[in-house]
Amino acid sequence: MAEVFKLENVSKKYINDGNEITALKDINLSVKEGEIFGIIGMSGAGKSTLVRTLNRLEDISEGKVSFYGQDISKIKVGEMRKVRRQIAMIFQNFNLLQQRNVLSNVMQPLRIARVPKHERKEKALEMLRIVGLEEKQNEYPSRLSGGQRQRVAIARALAANPKVLLCDEATSALDPKTTGEVLELLKEINRTQKLTIVIITHEMSVVERICDRVAIIDEGNLAEIGEVDEIFRNPKSEAARKLVFPSNPFDPSSKKSKLIRVAFDGLAASRPFIAELAKETGKVVNILSANTKSVGGIGYGQMVLELPDDTDDQQTIVKFFKDNGLSVQEVHGYE
Amino acid sequence: MSDYIIQTIQKGIIETLEMTFFSSVFAYLIGLPIGILLYATAKGRILENRPVNFVVGLIVNICRSLPFLILLVLLIPFTRFVTGSSIGTVASIVPLTVGAIPIVARMVEASLSEVSPGIVEAATAMGASPIYTIIHFILPEATPALLLGAAINIATVLGYSAMAGVIGGGGLGAIALQYGYYRYQKDVLWTTVTILVIMVMLLQESGNLIAKKVRK
Repeated sequence: MAEVFKLENVSKKYINDGNEITALKDINLSVKEGEIFGIIGMSGAGKSTLVRTLNRLEDISEGKVSFYGQDISKIKVGEMRKVRRQIAMIFQNFNLLQQRNVLSNVMQPLRIARVPKHERKEKALEMLRIVGLEEKQNEYPSRLSGGQRQRVAIARALAANPKVLLCDEATSALDPKTTGEVLELLKEINRTQKLTIVIITHEMSVVERICDRVAIIDEGNLAEIGEVDEIFRNPKSEAARKLVFPSNPFDPSSKKSKLIRVAFDGLAASRPFIAELAKETGKVVNILSANTKSVGGIGYGQMVLELPDDTDDQQTIVKFFKDNGLSVQEVHGYE
Repeated sequence: MSDYIIQTIQKGIIETLEMTFFSSVFAYLIGLPIGILLYATAKGRILENRPVNFVVGLIVNICRSLPFLILLVLLIPFTRFVTGSSIGTVASIVPLTVGAIPIVARMVEASLSEVSPGIVEAATAMGASPIYTIIHFILPEATPALLLGAAINIATVLGYSAMAGVIGGGGLGAIALQYGYYRYQKDVLWTTVTILVIMVMLLQESGNLIAKKVRK
């Protein structure tokens, strides 16, 4: 598979009040064509800087950033503008023009790409159809909800046929339900348009939901990179563990016991799964840690459970959770 | 008040409107680009250029700090050069324009600075050039603020136009000065002042209204 982005030994330093601050340290990674690639980290970890090196909104201090094999870290500004037209971006605060209606916002990148006027409108309407907001074409952004605004931003981003879409905390300003809808839309676009997507987030749930691979950034370093499933199952770095596991868990009763991680993903928070498990199957589990919260009636969070030693019991329990629509992963290296 | 005075005041209103209108138009023709330049070349903006920003900013600040009355006198030779005379309505337009340019430039700069940096970032990410970004992203976003600023600026020019009476300019200011002040005709003084106040209020209110209507 072709590499959309390839970062080689990328470092970024700032001078702030005479002090040198290193935002990125020796980052090596590549984004493959057609995948949804997540970049996750705590705030201030450098993930926003990292995504901005991909379309050179931030210049790098050292290393090399390639886009489809072309080194973009040193090309001329005018050249870079042309490259940027193939790299769309959406933002946490949407960044739509408030004084222009939805249609005109979506037509903007087409205008920059000098698409003839009549084609612009046609194309923009087609994009609005994809995001399901065709009937809002004459509204102004201030009249739309946050989720609708982000969908307009997505339509705008897709209008000029980009090769990749960068999402900078695109769902962080949205409530959980809307976040779900926007993520579904992104996944759908990834599937139907074969669009490569890079997602920056501080929320593990976003990565869990739609990313194929993820890079974990910690204080400017690439702490870990790999398949999302693999990182959830077996996080190697401290930063990954912190993101995957809740803080301050209990120790398992024996070093050898089987541990699973159950993720609540938008299911009704009111169901007592652990009690139902005991009632229906007669099996019991030991809760080592639980971190669940309800936002607007929807449960989010995860538990790490210690299962009984018997393998049949273990299978029954895992099956019970899976049948109830929860995502279950075996956990190793839990500390 | 005699018919003559009433006719004079009527003529004065027209002259004041003429002076205000043309001075404002010319001041924006020159002040708007200067304001855009001040905005775009400032630190961290899309066309950052410290020397240009410093020099233009310095000139604007010097012009702004000159009291308008002094500017009126200082500009007399220049006014004569441009219009062929230093007295009358047309001649007043020159110092009024010069006096308003720095005010317009700073107001434009302030209005543009209010536009969210995110909008500029989005434009850059789309591959827009700095000039395109200014014309199609920053100016449309700043339009309501620019209109509000324009109402304030035009009201300022209107106020300044009254001062032009001192060096032989026309308009309501000249009438207030000549009849009201030099000839102690208090009724003329108060009438012209009242008309000026009403004009400024109408201007400001319609400015607010338009800005509100434009803002989405």
